[in-house]
This record gives sequence, C-alpha cells and structure tokens, in this order.
Amino acid sequence: MQEFEAVIGLEIHIQLKTQSKAFCADSALYGESPNTLVSAISLGHPGTLPMHNISAIEYATKLGLALHCNITQLNGYARKNYFYADLPKGYQISQDKTPICTGGFVEIPSNNGNKKITITRIHMEEDSGKSMHDQDLYDSLIDYNRAGVPLVELVSEPEIRSGEEAYHFVSEIRKLVRYLDICDGNMEEGSMRCDANISIRPVGSQTFGTKVEVKNMNSMTNVKRAIEFEIKRQTEAVLAGEKIVSETRSFNAANGSTISMRSKEEAQDYRYFPEPDLPPFIINQEFLDKVKISLPELPKALFEKFTQQLGLSDYDAQVLTEDRDTAAYFTELYAQCKHAKTAANWILGPIKSWLNEQAKDISLFPLNPTQLSKLIQLVMENTISHTAAVSVVLPELIANPSLEPIEIATKNNILQNTNSEELENWVLKVLESMPEKVAEYQNGKKGLLGLFVGEVMKLSKGSADPKKVNEIVRNKLD
Amino acid sequence: MTEKLSDIQSKLRLGEISCVSLVEFYLQNIEKNKHLNAFLEVFELEARNKAIEVDAKIKNNTAGRLAGLVLGIKDNLCYTGHKVSASSKILEGYEAVYTATAVQRLLDEDAIIIGRLNCDEFAMGASNENSAYGPVLNFQDNTRVPGGSSGGSAVAVQANMCHASLGSDTGGSIRQPASFCGLWGYKPSYGCISRHGLLAYASSFDQIGPLTKSIEDLNLIMDVLSGPDQFDATAFQTKIAFGELQSVLSPKRFAVIKECIENEGVDPEIKAHTMQAIAMLQEQGHTVEMVDFPLLDALVPAYYVLTTAEASSNLARYSGLLFGYRSPNAQDLNSTFVKSRSEGFGPEVKRRIMLGTFVLSSNHYDAYYTKAQKVRRLIQQKTEEIFATADFILLPTTSTPAFKLGEKANNPIAMYLADLFTVHANLAGNPAVSIPTGTHSNHMPYGLQLMAPMKKDKELLDIAAYLYHLKP
Repeated sequence: MQEFEAVIGLEIHIQLKTQSKAFCADSALYGESPNTLVSAISLGHPGTLPMHNISAIEYATKLGLALHCNITQLNGYARKNYFYADLPKGYQISQDKTPICTGGFVEIPSNNGNKKITITRIHMEEDSGKSMHDQDLYDSLIDYNRAGVPLVELVSEPEIRSGEEAYHFVSEIRKLVRYLDICDGNMEEGSMRCDANISIRPVGSQTFGTKVEVKNMNSMTNVKRAIEFEIKRQTEAVLAGEKIVSETRSFNAANGSTISMRSKEEAQDYRYFPEPDLPPFIINQEFLDKVKISLPELPKALFEKFTQQLGLSDYDAQVLTEDRDTAAYFTELYAQCKHAKTAANWILGPIKSWLNEQAKDISLFPLNPTQLSKLIQLVMENTISHTAAVSVVLPELIANPSLEPIEIATKNNILQNTNSEELENWVLKVLESMPEKVAEYQNGKKGLLGLFVGEVMKLSKGSADPKKVNEIVRNKLD
Repeated sequence: MTEKLSDIQSKLRLGEISCVSLVEFYLQNIEKNKHLNAFLEVFELEARNKAIEVDAKIKNNTAGRLAGLVLGIKDNLCYTGHKVSASSKILEGYEAVYTATAVQRLLDEDAIIIGRLNCDEFAMGASNENSAYGPVLNFQDNTRVPGGSSGGSAVAVQANMCHASLGSDTGGSIRQPASFCGLWGYKPSYGCISRHGLLAYASSFDQIGPLTKSIEDLNLIMDVLSGPDQFDATAFQTKIAFGELQSVLSPKRFAVIKECIENEGVDPEIKAHTMQAIAMLQEQGHTVEMVDFPLLDALVPAYYVLTTAEASSNLARYSGLLFGYRSPNAQDLNSTFVKSRSEGFGPEVKRRIMLGTFVLSSNHYDAYYTKAQKVRRLIQQKTEEIFATADFILLPTTSTPAFKLGEKANNPIAMYLADLFTVHANLAGNPAVSIPTGTHSNHMPYGLQLMAPMKKDKELLDIAAYLYHLKP
C-alpha cells in the first residue's frame, strides 16, 4: 500500500494582554459586560483615527526575540478590507508586507530527538468583535469589547508532520507566551486560537498536496484530534481515488470530525493597502535593547540551568520549567533551602498534589517559598520526620500560614525524639512485650524488624526518630 | 462687513458692538440668503447663548483669542451633540458623539459656531452639486457654482452669513471654492492640523483649513488650529507656530510651472493676471524662474486612483449597522449592507467607491494602485527638487472662474480637471494658499495660488500677504 505523509502549517492568533486596545485607549480586559469597553474609536465612528499602542509592539517584539526571529525595523500597517457585522470599520488594521517578525523557530520533541519548526512570520493586528449566534433565539449578538484588542498572528512553515507534533508546537508557544507574560494562552476562552493547514502527499514526494484549512479547535488536544482526523480523512479519500478540495473545514469536538465550512474557490479579495492613518512604527536599537532587558529567563535556559548546574534529572527540570511561576517558586525555594533535589521533591510531590486537588495554580499556593523552606529545614535537621511534615504540619500550615512550622510540630507532639535513653526504654518495653516474635526474629525471620520499629513508633506516638529506633532494635537483637 | 477680526475685537472692547449683535447680523444674513443653500443647519439658539457668554467674558477681560469670531463649519466635522452628515443621506439623523480637535480648539478660544455648512457628499466634488441636500449657489452670480467640495463654507463667508469658516481640502476643496468666491483659502501642510473628527474621504490627502476674507484672520485661525494631537498619529509632533504676520524683507525665489501657465485650458485673463503678478514680483527684486513639471498630466489620474482607493475603505464603516441610515428594506446582514449603502450613498460617492475597490482588487492592483503610488513618490521627489532652488511655487488656483451650475455635472472627467492645479499640493503634502487677487471681466473672482515646502506654512502666509498687497 502507498504510504503518505502529512504536511501541516499552523496559524496561531495570540491575544496580547495589554491594558488598552491596539489602537485606542479603551480597556482590553476580558470578561466584562458586553459592549461596555467601547468608545467612538472602537466602534469606528466617523472621523476617528487609530494611535499606536507601544506596549503591544513591545509584546510582539518580546515574542519575536524569544523565538529567535528577525525583528523588522520599519513596521508598516495595512488595512484588510471586508464586510462583517463584528468589524466596525469595515476593515481590520493589520500588517501585510512588513510583519514585525520573520524567521525564527520553535524546538519541539519528536520521535528522533528535538525538531526545529521554522516560523514564517509574526504580524500585529487588531481583533474583531465577538459574534454570538447561539445566545438568542432570533438574533445574532455582537460584543464589541473585543474589537480592537491587540493580537499577533504567528504563521509556521509547513514543517509539522503529525497531530502529535502540532500539539507540541502549540504547547511550546503557549508555554512561551505565558513565560513572557504577554498572553494568558487560554485556548478555551479564545485568547489563543489555532488554525491548521493540512495536506498529504506520498512519502518522498517534494510537491505539496491540496491543502485544507481547519478551524475551531479550542484546545491543544483538539488540535491534535482534528489533525489526526483530517490526515485519516484525506488519506482514505486519496486511496479511494477522490480529489481533495481546497476548502475551510470546522472541527466538531463532540465527535472528533471536521466538516466543510466553505470552499476556498470563493476566497475573498481583502484589498490590502498601507494604512494611511498610521505612520510606520520604527523599531530602533534603543527600543530593542529595552525589550531585551525586560525578557525573563526562558524555559530552555532554565532547563539547562536546572539539569547542568543543579544536577536535577531531565524529568524534574522539565516539569519545573513547565510554567514560569513553578520555575520561579523552585528557584526561590532552592535559594532558601540550598538543596535542589529536596526543593524539587517538595514541589513535585506534596505541593503539586495539593494544587491538583484544589485545581489551583502555584501562584495561588498559600505558602511562599520562605514559609515552606522553614518546614523543609525542620525535616533536614531531623527535628520532625518527612512523613509528619507532609501529613501533619503542611496541611495546618496551609490552613494557617501565619503559624511557624515548629509551633505546629510542637503542638502536635511530633518532634522527633532523639533522646537515646528514652528510645532505649521504649525499645525494651516493646521487645519484652513480644518474646515469641523476638525468638522468631533471632531464628532468622529478619523481616520482623519493621514490626518492632512500628510498635516503638506507636508507643512514642510518632515522635521517635525511626532511623534511630531501627538502629537500637538491631543492637539489642543482633 | 469686510473687517478683520482684530477690528471687530477693538469695537467689542470699546462696547460699540456686542457678540449678541454680531450673531443677530449673521442670522439675518443667513435668513436673507436661504436660497443659496449654504447652511444645512443653523445653531441659532446656541449661537445666541454663546454670544451672551462671550460678551460677559469680554467685559471681565477673560475672553479667548477668537472672541467675536462667528464661524460656520463644514458638515464633515464632528461637534458633539450636533448632527453631522457629510451632506449624505447615509448619515441621516446621526449626531456626533465627540468633538473634532480643530473645532474644540476654536471653541476653547471662544469662537461662536453658528451652523454646519453644505458641501459635496463626503467632500467628493468640485462644484457642490453632489450634496444630498441640493447644490449651493455662488452669491456673486446665482447661476454659477461656488466650487467644491467646501462650497457652503465659501458662500457662507462670501455672503456675510458668518465671518469665517472651516472647510477640508483633499484635492482643492478649500482653495478652489475660495478662488470661485473671492476668499482666502488655505490647505496647510499635511499634519499641521489634527484630522481627529474630520469625516475621512482620503486619509493621506485630507486636511482641515480655514476660509476667510483677510489674511490676518487666516493667520490667527491657523495659529489656533495647528499643533500635535493625541488622537491623530499623522499630526506633526511639534506645533507650527504662526504668530503675527511678518513683513517680507529679503528677495525670494519663485518657481512657475511652465506646463501650468502654458496649459491650453487656462483662461487667458487668468494667464495674463498670473503674468502680471510675476512681473510685479520681479520688479520688487524677487527672482521668478520657469520650471518644467512633466508630471502635470499624471496628477489628476494618480490623485483619483489613490483617493478613491482610500475612500473605498474609509467609507466601509457606513454599513447601516452601527450608526446612520439603515434601509427599511433590509432583511438580513447582507441586505443591511447592500441596501443601506445603495440607498444611502449618492451617485458620485458610489462611482468613487467602485473605482477605489477596482484599483485595489488583486487583478488590477499593480496596474493602478501600485503605479499611482509610484507616481505620487515621483511627484513628491520632483516637487522637492523644485524647492531645492525655489522658496515658493506660484500658479493659478483654478484654470477658469466659477462655471455655470449643471455645466459639468454630467461630465465627471471635465469636473475632475477642475482640480488640475490644486491636487498637486495634496499629492505632495505641501501647504498651499489661494489668494483672492483676480476679478474676471465676467465679474467673477479668482485666485492666485502659492505653494511652499513642507512645514513652511508660516513663511507661506507671510509671502501670501505680501503678494496680496502688491495688488496684481
């Protein structure tokens, strides 16, 4: 049977979380009451003109720098003309011939090591209003709060070969925009939107097949599902001798399929021309330097630091650099407790499971690294056991972060007892109470050691240092 | 009433007249000249109230620089709470929700705005015959046009219905009617005055400017209007200051474009008048040089390709959806767009929208839009070259005096050529002024035009005053 490979390019719209809109002072906040963030300018009233939002340009530059792109000096704007109800001016201000970023790449994991996916371009534009066709029985409703919110559109080269790779690509972009703090990367709310251009061709072929554009994939998993469905659909069609038509298809998350929206034959002519109301924005060296200084440490650099300098495993470093807040929390915790592996274990263990249970982000974890490090310190000094720290102190500390960990430990009577005399007394008491077991042990049933230690722990109400107890029991019996 | 504002202000201070009496005077003239159709709306009550307010300020010595100035504004300038329609049915009933920066600057200096003035629909026209509210008549001869598109702005001042007015100039829309009505008309450097609140026709060409009876008033109003604006990215970052008019003390170098003077379409009297002005300048020790401008024939075509392209996009917002006219026959989104626009726009506006859409369409883009952009750059270069060896360019404002109503109404190309000498300044961005120096044997006035390098607005008005006083 003939084998096919998929050729996939992605277009990702990234909503920039600036305070104000792309070309006027209206607030760009998400989730406000419909049509409350709309001035005459947002609504395209007669006589209104756009102004540059420098923050939006800075954010786009940040993304470009983080993706190793060339940053365009002379940033011209262009009008993309079309009529639709959610587009107040009848045109969208965008960039055409001079996108702010070109070139660059994203590294994604793939079957044989990392793979670089080239970025074609990133350009700045404004969002349209939001049309809602399912909120009212008779009318379509439009919220113009979103009209004019700044976006960048990132276009990849068609170098992606599978749904899995596309998933990783989107995931890397999302991680990055969150690190850069320029977008919240929420695909469900639409602050990041992805369209995919998909075609297939026989393995080894250098020409492209007819491409199909798929829209409405509102999660990373759906990007993967949609692409996998589409590859299968196209492969089956070609094998059945059908021709692929150039069209736009919509992903249906309910059944995992794509359905045809419109043919590309009826493609619109957007009549791009230079936006006469906005002079080109010049990005000079001074501007670039300013943006470079504001760039945070990026996940790749942090990963290398965590593995090479701090000796963490690839896995630990990977998880810790998944988002900026976790990496920052780890970095600070490490600075306090000086032991990288311990800090990593705490975050990836008890903290992560608490956050998972609460469905919270680490930014909402009630304890700051200083508070947590005090608790870790108690364990490292053998003042309390790791088990007691996790099961007794941590929950109480979370409920009441103003308390000192040592107070909680004292109150619960779990300070580890390292007083040898007392420990010896407890051990003797236990051994005397179970002579048969002692005999069995001495006859070779060494597994009973745990039983004795456990009994001593019970007797000490958990305050005994199990390591020490272990030692004493063996001394007595061996 | 051909006094300067400064004379009026002296009388106001001495109590010989009041703003209230001034307003009454203009209101009476407006009533008397209703048939000229210059005003679309008179802000009667408001003007009277404002007059009382300004009179009080004059008494208290707290009045602004434009106290006593009663003016009308072209119906494409936003004034909050007031209707604005660009003389188009598509903005029927629409009220501005904010005030244009230019209008606000006048109000801040205590000018009294007496009404909004008729114009060609969306400023597209050269005769004021394209208004949805009927043509404006030339006060001098009611069978003739006042010029356009700021025809109402010209006639209102010409017939003493207000002291001065604001117009807008995309290809001559201030200078040409000023010439036809015997007034001063000014198109500043592109960027001198904020366009915020000016209903756009062609964004990279449009400038607001005044029409007045004296150069002193023109100069004063320009000083108030110019300056940067947080709402217009194309406005200059630094204000062009006009101050007082300065005498011309040193000899200047004038360039005269040969192709303009020798153009067959130029009325012989206007040509002779221009030659007379040249001779007088030379007599005064200035140099006048004839220069070539082989791009003259390309001016009007490049102008129409580029302005209609921009207009087709600028006018997309008039869709019947968010404001203005919505067709009662609309049934769904698409028919709202199609019917509202088909019923709301007049024929000239539709012609230009279609032309602009055509030149931007992918199949014709390079042949028209790209080419016209190249021509525009050449015009700008060539103009700069002329200014490398000349301080000013002198040419007639119009090739003829005001023509008859209906004379060119059915011939768009002939109408477009009425802009021949004025579009140059808009294509290149340079400032240009029409000076009311000529009177034709048919009794109609006409103007001489001076152009200066970019941002040399002040120098231009100084030399214009000088040339005017030579009385060519």
